[in-house]
Amino acid sequence: MASHDHNHDIDAVSGTATTGHVWDDIRELNTPLPRWWLWTFYLTILWSIGYWIVYPAWPLIANHTRGVFGYSSRAEVAVELQQLESVRDRQAAALRTASVDDIRNDPTLLRMATARGRAAFGDNCAGCHNQGGSGVGVFPNLTDDEWIWGGKLADIQTTIRHGIRWEQDANSRAGQMLAFGRTGVLKPAEIETVVEYVRSIAKLDVANGADLAAGTKLYADNCASCHGEKAKGNPELGAPDLTDAIWLYGSSRAAMVESIANGRAGVMPAWGSRLDEVTIKSLTVYVHSLGGGQK
Amino acid sequence: MSTQPLADDDRDQPLYEATKKVYPQGVSGWFRRLKWIILSICLGIYYLLPFVRWDRGPYLPNQAVLIDFPARRFYFFFVEIWPQEVYYLTGLLILAALALFLMNAVAGRIWCGYLCPQTVWTDLYLSVERLIEGDRRERIQRDSGPWTAGKVGLKLSKHFIWIMIAWWTGGAWVLYFADAPTLVKDLASLEAPFAAYLWIGILTFTTYALAGFMREQVCLYMCPWPRIQAALTDQDALNVAYRYDRGEPRMSLKQATRIKAIGEPAGDCIDCNQCVAVCPTGVDIREGAQLGCIQCGLCIDACDTVMAKINRPTGLIAYDTDQAIKARACGTTPPPRRLVRARTILYAAVIALVGALMVYGLATRSMLDLSVLHERTPLFTQLRDGAIRNNFTLRIANKRPESRLVSVSVSGIAGATTELIGANPVPGRPGVVEVGPDQTLEFKLLVTVPRAALDGPKAMIQIKAQDLTINDIRTVQENFFGP
Repeated sequence: MASHDHNHDIDAVSGTATTGHVWDDIRELNTPLPRWWLWTFYLTILWSIGYWIVYPAWPLIANHTRGVFGYSSRAEVAVELQQLESVRDRQAAALRTASVDDIRNDPTLLRMATARGRAAFGDNCAGCHNQGGSGVGVFPNLTDDEWIWGGKLADIQTTIRHGIRWEQDANSRAGQMLAFGRTGVLKPAEIETVVEYVRSIAKLDVANGADLAAGTKLYADNCASCHGEKAKGNPELGAPDLTDAIWLYGSSRAAMVESIANGRAGVMPAWGSRLDEVTIKSLTVYVHSLGGGQK
Repeated sequence: MSTQPLADDDRDQPLYEATKKVYPQGVSGWFRRLKWIILSICLGIYYLLPFVRWDRGPYLPNQAVLIDFPARRFYFFFVEIWPQEVYYLTGLLILAALALFLMNAVAGRIWCGYLCPQTVWTDLYLSVERLIEGDRRERIQRDSGPWTAGKVGLKLSKHFIWIMIAWWTGGAWVLYFADAPTLVKDLASLEAPFAAYLWIGILTFTTYALAGFMREQVCLYMCPWPRIQAALTDQDALNVAYRYDRGEPRMSLKQATRIKAIGEPAGDCIDCNQCVAVCPTGVDIREGAQLGCIQCGLCIDACDTVMAKINRPTGLIAYDTDQAIKARACGTTPPPRRLVRARTILYAAVIALVGALMVYGLATRSMLDLSVLHERTPLFTQLRDGAIRNNFTLRIANKRPESRLVSVSVSGIAGATTELIGANPVPGRPGVVEVGPDQTLEFKLLVTVPRAALDGPKAMIQIKAQDLTINDIRTVQENFFGP
């Protein structure tokens, strides 16, 4: 049972004052916090009051108290970023004046540009083209040697700067895979025939009894103007090579029929208006160095 | 239930003994001279070593001992160590530990008594103290007396010199981390990096505190070595010892004459306490081997001086073994001291083994390193003609002080072709890169193989880097991935 005794006497054993609380004959000793501790604690409270006054502290409904020092961590970051930019600018000076070919041929500039390009690629390009440019789905793999719009440094630079079928950029890459089926140019049976012909030149399996002669004629009449008589493609028009092993939209019959029936028109934004020239050059060199870059 | 109050003496006793200030007395003799010589050699090496030059050719620093953090290199005369070879330093530490063990088995705490920086700097500080404030008796008297202008002056000048010594200690320390002559110039013109001043400050503080104030406390309470040594010593190890077989029963000179006259035994120790007065850690050697005794030999000098004065043979305190004293005390002939015994043979053998391993490692280490990192995104790329390409990032480290031509080649899959991107290419020589002196070159290696050459999702390839002028080849096994 607990009793409350207000007689704060001294404990005989330890010589310490008691709090007067007694439970089952056990008295509670009064051992207050050390003075220095207590005063340090009060001091920290005082300190915090000063802190509220001079630094941003209290959240208000729309914003917060600013503090008399006018300190802002965002402003501090801005200054640090500015300093970082000025350091980078010194490096960038060499990249700004050099052409992409110069950069490609100078190991030092190449290393610098590749490092910057890798970072910029992660920030801007990897969302579609995947980390390392390995491509995903209808976004092309940039590490192989298939280039719809050309794989030379200058081609890559143009594509990055102006984008593909990007309406806001007048110089954007343009070219159209017509919807031969939807527009009624080719009948479904003709589409199937031409698919078998394309499969034969791409060394894919061909259906038994396919009329390759009819396919050849259909191809020459409808497809050769862009993809070329030998189907080697034309980067000027964004017409891919149909004889190689790389099929952006898939090499199944269904995918090929879909491409011919409804057309394809992949879009890439123009980065010229968003990224500075040094970054675009760095990205160009980086993408070129992923393995497929053409001389 | 009644409680038993604690006894007063149990409750009020402090948990540690209050420090007794030690006032070591000056002494001269053989061991004192030896200690001065060792002190001069140790400090001389410490202060002058950074200025020793060592020619390594035009591309590398010419400082004999240099820890170059920015370039991540450690130079020690003819050895240059890269960060990935830091295990050589570990080997050096193992050798140092084993050398301490061997020292201990042969002649006790040689390290503590003569070589330890704590001992060396404390000795230096004590000699300054003695020079300015006088010897033991004078210092005790002055410290217990009132503060006078003279006392303040003496104390101030002592601390000033101490801080100067400490400052030079820190100053020499930083010279091991940069080109010493340049850094000295920069320090003097206040153009040295902040880190240099900071470390000088830190080392100044630690030297001043450890050698000026903590002294024997470091040996008694901070250092683990005395405790370890107690386990390493044995009955054959030489130790500074009081020969109680000869000294006991101790008594004054006068009493000894009287006792001897009636035919009773009297020891040689006259209880003059000189051995205690000179002891830098304030212990009484006559109580036997103990933690606080660093075995500096100064009590030997003190005792020998007294013995010579009273015409008794010297060597009452001397380097001796425990079992020899025990034998003489029992009146038997001490067995001959065995220098060659299991303990010393073992330590020496392990030292020889570790040393040989390190020398072998250093002599045969490759001056060319190749590391290969397989590109993960994508693991492989299919090309237009169906061929499969894997990308690798290669790092070739050239540890020689001159530029080298290295050819990079791939084997393991028939028909594999390679392309290097970002390397320092050598015009007209495909597959050959130039790696600068003491540098690491990083570049991309693209390996393409025909589709038909791959019969599964994975194959092994060997990537080889070969020096074109001398026989130095590194080969790395890597996976080649396909669909």
